[in-house]
Amino acid sequence: MAKILDKQRYKCAMSAMQTVQAIDRAIPILHSGPGCAQKLSSSSGSSGYFSPNIYPCTSINEKDVVFGGVKKLESTIRHSLDVIDADLYVVLTGCIPEIVGDNTEEVVEGFKDAKKPVIYASTAGFKGNNYKGHEEVIDSIVDQLLEPSDIRVKNLVNIWADVPYQNEFWHGNFRELERLIEKLGLVPNIIFGYNKGLSNVKKIPAAQFNLLISPWVGLNNMKKMEQKLKIPYLHYPTLPIGAFETSKFLRTVGRYAGVPEEKVEAIIEEQEAYYYYYIERYADLFLETRVMSKQFTVVSDAHYALGITKFLVNDLGLYPAKQFVVDDTPKGNQEAVSSYFKDLNYGIEAEVSFETDGYKIHNEIKAHDYHGYPLILGGYWEKEVAKQTNAHFLNVSWPVNERLIMNSYYVGYDGGLKLIEDIYSVAKTRFN
Amino acid sequence: MAINLSSSNLATRENRLGSITGYVGDLHDLASQSRCGSLKGCGRCFSQSSTCLSGCALSQLGGIRDVAVIHHGPSGCSATASSQYVVTNQVAAKRGVVNKSVYIGTDMDENDTIFGSTEALLNIILEVNRRYQPKVIFVSSSCATGIIGEDIDSVVEEAKEQISVPVIAVHCEGFKSRIWATGFDISDHAVLSGIVKPPKEKRNTINFKNFFESARDEIKEMFKHFDLDPIFLYANATIEELEHLSESVATTCICGTLGNYLGNGLEEAYGVPYIRTINPLGIAGFETWLKEIGRVAGKLPQVLAYIEEQRSIYIPQIEEVKKELKGLKAVLGMGPGYTFEVSRVLNELGMEVVWALAWHYDKKYENGEVPPAMSYLLDNDINFEASVADQQNFEVMNILNKYQPDLYLSRHPGSTVWAIKQGIPAVYVADEYMIFGYKHTLEFAHTVLDTVRNRSFEQNLAKRVKLPYTDWWYQQEVGSFLEEAIS
Repeated sequence: MAKILDKQRYKCAMSAMQTVQAIDRAIPILHSGPGCAQKLSSSSGSSGYFSPNIYPCTSINEKDVVFGGVKKLESTIRHSLDVIDADLYVVLTGCIPEIVGDNTEEVVEGFKDAKKPVIYASTAGFKGNNYKGHEEVIDSIVDQLLEPSDIRVKNLVNIWADVPYQNEFWHGNFRELERLIEKLGLVPNIIFGYNKGLSNVKKIPAAQFNLLISPWVGLNNMKKMEQKLKIPYLHYPTLPIGAFETSKFLRTVGRYAGVPEEKVEAIIEEQEAYYYYYIERYADLFLETRVMSKQFTVVSDAHYALGITKFLVNDLGLYPAKQFVVDDTPKGNQEAVSSYFKDLNYGIEAEVSFETDGYKIHNEIKAHDYHGYPLILGGYWEKEVAKQTNAHFLNVSWPVNERLIMNSYYVGYDGGLKLIEDIYSVAKTRFN
Repeated sequence: MAINLSSSNLATRENRLGSITGYVGDLHDLASQSRCGSLKGCGRCFSQSSTCLSGCALSQLGGIRDVAVIHHGPSGCSATASSQYVVTNQVAAKRGVVNKSVYIGTDMDENDTIFGSTEALLNIILEVNRRYQPKVIFVSSSCATGIIGEDIDSVVEEAKEQISVPVIAVHCEGFKSRIWATGFDISDHAVLSGIVKPPKEKRNTINFKNFFESARDEIKEMFKHFDLDPIFLYANATIEELEHLSESVATTCICGTLGNYLGNGLEEAYGVPYIRTINPLGIAGFETWLKEIGRVAGKLPQVLAYIEEQRSIYIPQIEEVKKELKGLKAVLGMGPGYTFEVSRVLNELGMEVVWALAWHYDKKYENGEVPPAMSYLLDNDINFEASVADQQNFEVMNILNKYQPDLYLSRHPGSTVWAIKQGIPAVYVADEYMIFGYKHTLEFAHTVLDTVRNRSFEQNLAKRVKLPYTDWWYQQEVGSFLEEAIS
């Protein structure tokens, strides 16, 4: 049922056009009204090989609403193949064709012998938000593009984590996850970002396993791949930020992949020494900043809320106030997600609220006593409540405004240091 | 065509003004066909994404101070809530005011498309009113609500019974017009029909339709010479200011596409004169416009004195920089409210327009005349190749590739980067006052000059990137995908 979206945190399923855009040389073809791309695409980091203005679009008008838009869709796909130099064409259906009942599948079927692959995903805006839309696109790739592989490439690991563009650090995070997995002697396979693309998509079926780093987004995809492609998966719910979680992550993945324990431990020892070299040097700052109290709140999707909460508690020794998960986590996943927040050092359990109404979130923040200046990490909306509560504020989750993120990241050992830099760059703006 | 303020709905630009989005030819042909009524717009059998009219309508309304916009639809329709919020706050902060407007979505889901969601919508309207006590609540439809026939008007009527401030239905189905500027008309219609009150007394104010009032201070200063006080619309405008628009001396605008519905509506309903000159960009535009305001306001002598004084400061400087711009070839792609105005300015600065794209074209304005920017070019015997395309980027790239101009000018997000990827310097004419009056015309001329004399950035990038279009497309005629006339 319709509900109030006050301080909106997500977009609709059609925004999965950004998931397609994150795959090099893949282009969405939109069967929708003329303005969906302009509205749903990000204004940050969008002018790559393809940009939203390049996306072919049927630009449905009143006539198509009455008579159907399949003819226009067919001609749009056909000409896209001539005009646009892509490796993969992904037709995304919006609200209008799905309500009026256009048979997109049949039209796309007509292109099965085209010179480049054409697939489709059902992404009507009313079917869910962009986390669901992201899953739809991955499912479509698995369903329509991939076949089970006879060969398994030893140590080849497909990595799934951030939702591109919705998680603004996606680019850097994937690259750092790639480096961490390489350290273990494994061969990472990621389909999003620099120098990846369709060739990596095609490698998916040959992987030894799928590695999902996310509390709930992508679980459906893992199950589908397990079923269709016979690829087992390791579900690691927490985005590893900082030494504590990253070392745990390396141990878990190492154990699962059969990497010798001494090798994993040697890597961890080296990385932690490096990490704590810096922590030691700046520890006085952390302790002696007059304005930094102990309690914090994260307002984000489950992915970042969990990763950041674990980092701030287990690495920096802060204490969690209530955490707000704003991604409209499906009811069936909420219990599991909550449980991850209860697994913190010293038996600490963080209370989690699954809430999409920003007004209520802000009221709860205002009502809580943080015993000093609150630390709030969240979407741009939290800038306002941070001002009202004298909090330190860092914009880490969508919507991100007034800061630019290109290839920086919060994942891993270096990512933890970067997050500390960002937090203390805010804290250092006041003396007392 | 008369404006009907008793209905919450209004006709699209296509239906009201015979507007088109597909044409290839030249300016003379476009104008003569417009005048004799034979102009037919074309459709396309291949097109790329453009823009949704709801974005234009609701960003305008959402910029008004202390209002609520409730966008009834799936969460994508209201995805602009956050960008609206940041822009609203930044332009308010620049002016030193606080704008508490909110932009709320309704997250319509699949069940709602089957069973409807009018009850949920009513509750959301009441809740938003309780939370924020906005001065006006705008309730917008979307593609999805439009197709399932959700009766927004009835919900609004019901809400009105329980809420003391105006609640106004805004019809924003994205599929009803390919021309996003229809959204500007929709916002004007909402203001005219729901907020503006009949005049009680005449004021010395002048309604000034713009986007984000970046040149507010200097324009206010200028109008003091003529004892006029501009009311900038709609960003940062108060409801009280809007209520009194009917009492102004005149209505004017920085962009004809943006301002024509409000200007005509206020003239038709309340006799407020609408300034129908070319726009105040460049020298001729500024002077023509200001003289007409002087005439209407009975302040012509003061205007002429002001012009003389300002000319002595700026004209010599503009003449100086013109020497260096002479002969530069330009292509431009903008909304029609800018394309034909900026073409005139480029001509004034000694540059040559080799091709102008307008994102749409209004055959005739409400008064039955060809848009003034167009008339001016024809009367001054200026002609160039022109096309009409709703931001069809592949057509722009094809033209740039054929003509290899010294410069591409455009006004819409995401458009300039494609020119520079082809190695062509680009100037983003985003701020509506970038070429306003003598001072900004001079600044604009210098920006153009600085752009063309250091081409490092575009050359660096162009050398290293691959273009997304096939060689085949670059060999085609620009209008290859235009098909039979649709109206």
